[in-house]
Order: sequence, then structure tokens, then C-alpha cells
Amino acid sequence: MSDAAGPDRSIHVRMRLDAPVRLELAFSVAPGELLALIGPSGSGKSTALRTIAGLHAPGDGRIVCAGRVWYDSASGIGLAPRRRRVGLVFQSYALFPHLTAAENVMEALTDLAPPERRQRAFALLERMHLDGLGDRRPSQLSGGQRQRVAVARALARRPDVLLLDEPFSAVDHTTRRRLQREMAELRRDLSMPVILVTHDIDEVVRLADTVVLLAGGKVAATGAVNDVLARLDLPDIAERLDAGTVLTATVKAHDEAEGVTRLDHPAGAIALPLTHEAIGSKVRLRVRARDVALAIGEPGRISIRNRLAATVTDLAPLPSGTIDVKLDAGGEPLIAQVTRDAVRELELAPGRKVTALIKSAALDR
Amino acid sequence: MDWQALWLSIRLGVLSILVLLPLAVFIGRMLAFRAIRGKPLIEAAVALPLVLPPTVLGFYLLVAFGSGSWIGEIWERLFGGPLVFTFQGLLLASVIVNLPFAIQPAQRAFEAIGADVREAAATCGMSWWRTLWRIELPLAWPGLLTGMVLTFAHTLGEFGVVLMVGGSIPGETKTVAIAIYDRVQVFDDAAAGQMAAVLLLISIATIAASYALSQRVVRRDV
Repeated sequence: MSDAAGPDRSIHVRMRLDAPVRLELAFSVAPGELLALIGPSGSGKSTALRTIAGLHAPGDGRIVCAGRVWYDSASGIGLAPRRRRVGLVFQSYALFPHLTAAENVMEALTDLAPPERRQRAFALLERMHLDGLGDRRPSQLSGGQRQRVAVARALARRPDVLLLDEPFSAVDHTTRRRLQREMAELRRDLSMPVILVTHDIDEVVRLADTVVLLAGGKVAATGAVNDVLARLDLPDIAERLDAGTVLTATVKAHDEAEGVTRLDHPAGAIALPLTHEAIGSKVRLRVRARDVALAIGEPGRISIRNRLAATVTDLAPLPSGTIDVKLDAGGEPLIAQVTRDAVRELELAPGRKVTALIKSAALDR
Repeated sequence: MDWQALWLSIRLGVLSILVLLPLAVFIGRMLAFRAIRGKPLIEAAVALPLVLPPTVLGFYLLVAFGSGSWIGEIWERLFGGPLVFTFQGLLLASVIVNLPFAIQPAQRAFEAIGADVREAAATCGMSWWRTLWRIELPLAWPGLLTGMVLTFAHTLGEFGVVLMVGGSIPGETKTVAIAIYDRVQVFDDAAAGQMAAVLLLISIATIAASYALSQRVVRRDV
């Protein structure tokens, strides 16, 4: 992944651990790329992140970031956390409780001259929409504000890799959505690799480019988000993660009167509950397999607003007795979960043209 | 009123604090953070002065400090004078007696700092010293303060060990607690009562000051 024009700014990780969990994985993340490490709790996601930061030593492995060897069991190299240019956002945020927001950020700027620290800290806080809150202590901030201070502190070191350990898990649903939107915006400006640990598939859809799916201490699947989510050969993991795919659509209009936002997709028009995305911007929608119904031809009078033209590409029976039907909808994969009965009656088989029906309410942003 | 004895007690208390503060920081911190072998043994040794009768402790210190012991011998060779029945010997005994009072609150205070907070300091690139100075000490401060107050109050009141190791030499080892006992022995209840009242006032003032200080620490955190 090395760029011929400049040095390799990627991070390359390979590790094998026996404790506290058995874990074996390897992946690389390019600059500006966001990789999601996802898996059920106890699968070792957080341990992997802590190992990259140097807070945990793998038995066997090699971690190279921006051309510098951080860890190499073969040559006995193991840099202390403070010698690795790493920004880590803890699940608990781990802010220094006795210091103000600005002082928290300034502690990560000790390589600068003191007057410069203050200036940079306030600039970072402003970038995280925390203007005017620099003098507050963590206990005087809301959960969402604390998370932003933690992100500002992690970015302060100008890290070669940004590590996010379930950074949205400690706040309520509404705040989570807002913070995720902010993170999606922020990461467009970030030039370093980003690794996000999560067990929330929605978070992966909203933020990640690539995904590493961990199960049983091993990498069960890896690749672009859509490819992994659309894979039908991971039924038990897919069921646990609530299988689904992602559609990328363009915002066309906000219909305030009807309370819907209208989007364009190559396979057809999509309407979803009113959002505030800018007109013309690309939006990723997660579509759960159980929210997709299939019809042959254009259905008659029906309440479902979203009808996408699709072609069946594959069928996969699930242990539960239902069948996952994989579709191609305007070049993007889509999965519909239907019964055996329906497969027989609609004569579903690869190549069959169908209409995929998705309820607007099932599409959340 | 034996002002000399009172001054000696206060000097002993303050110097004990000065010697014990760095010890409390480093031993308390080590016991809290590091997985060291024989940790229960070290903790038991630190706690021993709490349960040992003062006269027993005083007796062993007297033997250990005497000119026949290696400690006493090294001391005499270094400073040209004996360790027992001197202020220096009394100070050393006071430090040993107060180890649990200083170290245990410090250890609890360091233990209360979340592992994630210290890890955050490391991933922020903070050095060991900076982490200690900017993060650990400010957060452990109420516990360290408690330890120092307990040490001071306990030093003012220590009787058995002082009598065994120091004797009752005016201006050298005669603390105010010993002076009160001496006055009572000669039926001078007025002087004993005066000194007891002064000790009571100092104790109340010390406790009040420490409460006020830790209140301020707490308020700052809110």
C-alpha cells in the first residue's frame, strides 16, 4: 500500500495473543481510511486496539505505523505508549477529572512551547464545536461534550493513527447519532488511518470504509463494508449482527410538508423520514434484510413507498428456515430475508427480475 | 507550661511529615500500581506498627539503634554521636512508627485513580514525571493530606516509643506528651492540664484545617 511518491503513512498490524483473550489478526489501514473492528463482546476488539497503542504487549506480532516499527516480537522492539504517535479515545473517555477541557487537551501538546499549547488547545476545542467550554471541568460537561474533548485530546498529538474504542457507547441514542454525524464530517479532514472498535453495525455503516469482523478470536471476514455485510456465507455471524447492506443515495429534496426526504438511487427513488443532510450530498442507508420484501412486477396499491428494481444474484438458506435472497439493485448489493414459500411462489432464482420493497420508516439515519 | 517540650513535639511532627511525604508517595504509589512479588508481605510490614504495642516496638528500636547494633554503629561512624536518646533517633523512630499512617491513605488514594486515566496520560505522550506531577499527585492529594495530618497528630501523642527510644531529655527528646506525664507524676495537675488543653487545641485545629483543605479539593473537582 506504499505510495511511490512519498513515505508509507499506513499502519500495518499483525498480532497473536493468548491472554486476556485468544486473538489472531492482521490488517492494514491506509491514511484517511477508517477501518471498523467489529465483533461480539469478548471477541478481543478492545484488546487489539490497546495492543496497537502499546498498553498491552502481544506475544507475537508486528506493528508498523507511518514507517516506524512500534512493535516487533522478532527483533524485540516494543515502544512505550508515549513513544508511539497515537491518539486514543477511550470508551470511558478517561479525561483528567481535575483539569479543564483546555488543560486536558494541552497535556497532549507538551512537545510544543507553553504559549503555543494554549492556542492550539482552544483551536482544537473550537473544531470540535466546544467554543467557550475550554475552562469547564469534565464534571461540568455533558456526555457528548466530554466525548468531543476526548477526541480533541486524541487529535492534539497529531497522531499517526487515531484509535476509537467504542467512542459512542456511553451516550444516549440522540447524542450518539449527532456525534456519529460529527465524526463522519471530521474524518473527511483527517489524513491519518483511523481504527474504530464497535459492536454496533449501524456505526460501521455510517462511518467505516473497511471492516474486520472478529469471531472466535480470528478474522471471520474483512474487506469493504458493503462486501462484508452482503456476504451470505457468514450466516451465524450475520444473524447475530442483524444482516443488512448499505445503499448509497443522493439527497434530492426535503419535503417538509410530507415529512420526508427524497433521495435518488440508480435502482429507483427512495423516501425516508425527514433528515437534515445537505441537498446533493451522498447518504449511506443501512437496509436490514428483514425489512426488505420482494414483489414480481410493479405491485398494486401498497403503502410501501420505496420500490427498487433489482435482480436476484444468489440464494442462501439460513439455519432459522428463512432464505436470504441476494440482489443487485442498481449496482449495489441488497439482501431480502424471505420464507421458502415465497421463494417457490415467486420463482426466485439467480437472474430473476424483482421489485425490492423497503418501508421508509425502516430506513434510519 | 513547658514551651520547650511543645516546640520539640511540633518540630518532630513537622520533620516526620517532611521525611514521610516522599516515602508515602513512592511506596504508596508502588503498592497501588505495580504488581510486585511479596506485596502482601510489604503491606504487612508497613501495617505492623499499628498492631504492635508501642513499648514492644520501642524496645526493638532501642535494640536496633543501640551502639551494639549495625545501625547504631554506622550512625556513630557517620555522625560521631549515638542514635539512641537523641533527637535524630527519635525522628527515625517517629518515621517508622508513622509508616502505616502515611502510606496506607496514600496507597488507597493512588488506587482510586482509574487505570484508564493513567493510560490516557501515557497515550498523550506524557513523561513519567509529568504524569506524576500533573495527574497522579493532584488526584491523590486528599489521601496524601490525610496521611500527613494523621502523622502529625499521632506524633504529638506518641508516648511509649518516645519514652523507650528517647528517654526524657529536656530539649532533646522530651516531647509534650512526656512532659504531661512528668507533671502528673509530681502532682502538678495545673501544668499538666494546661499542656493537655494546648494539645487538644492543636489537634482540633489540625483536623479542621485538613477538613477545610480536602473540602476545597472536592469543590474544585465538581
